[in-house]
Amino acid sequence: MRLIELSPPGAKIVTGTLTFTPEDIIRFAEKFDPQPFHVDAEAAKDYVFGGLCASGWHTCAGWMKMFLAYWQTEVERLESEGKTAPKLGPSPGFRKLQWLKPVYAGDSITYAVTMLDARPLASRPGTWINTTLNEGVNQNGEPVMRYEGSVLEFEVEQP
Amino acid sequence: MEESYAFEDFEAGRSFPLATRIVTAAEIVEFASEFDPQPMHLTEQAGKESILGGLSASGWHTASLFMRMMFDGWLSRSSSEGSPGIDVMEWKKPVLAGDTLSGRSIVLETRLLRTRPGIGLIRFRHEVENQRGELVMRGENPIMMRLRTPQGAKL
Repeated sequence: MRLIELSPPGAKIVTGTLTFTPEDIIRFAEKFDPQPFHVDAEAAKDYVFGGLCASGWHTCAGWMKMFLAYWQTEVERLESEGKTAPKLGPSPGFRKLQWLKPVYAGDSITYAVTMLDARPLASRPGTWINTTLNEGVNQNGEPVMRYEGSVLEFEVEQP
Repeated sequence: MEESYAFEDFEAGRSFPLATRIVTAAEIVEFASEFDPQPMHLTEQAGKESILGGLSASGWHTASLFMRMMFDGWLSRSSSEGSPGIDVMEWKKPVLAGDTLSGRSIVLETRLLRTRPGIGLIRFRHEVENQRGELVMRGENPIMMRLRTPQGAKL
């Protein structure tokens, strides 16, 4: 079964919610993005964001984390029904990533994925490229992150 | 004292080197375990069996490493106010355990923000290469930057 059969274009799937504790925000930022507003709640007050907030890369990695958790459950569900789950591969990149609002310490972000388009990859027979709209909203319903992701999909033998 | 950069220093065409970074197997697995636990990011064997050809970093790990390379290379000495997003990012080749990454941020264009006095927006193209000179990641994005002298700015 193909991903586009499982997730028709336009149908939004909520994958899960991730809470960004100050400890998680600082731990990620100290490794990858130690700008003052990501590592120091006091210093953050002097910047545009106005408070300790997650690195945008942390917000994105959170989308991936929640998608994979959802996907694992979905694969298990399909297999338990005797179906062959789509075989997803790596991603060649993304477009139009917007960090719409800061993710502040304590925020809970609910992530979603919506299929936009699937097309065969001319350079690699038996491979498709799926484009999806990937989003995150905070506990007040405000969008915080949105981008168009892409993921490869390989043809699988039907049982 | 090292040079510090404000909006006025970012002229179109100017290139800022990223810090060099060696990517270890341990950190690839650590990042993937928390955020992207797909087999090719977790074990050498699964990586070899995938189209990536070996234990390879999650694209989000590569992007995060790029962020740190940019921070250490020049961003930490700038008046950055963060970024509203990424126009495009391409993961061109796998980043494999043991790779040494380097690269640059190149200024594409700059403009002042009407809505935020004293801050301008700079659009960059970022390039990350491995030790063989192969482009592994390419991106374009705007970064907000404080002006050194807001009053004297030309609109």
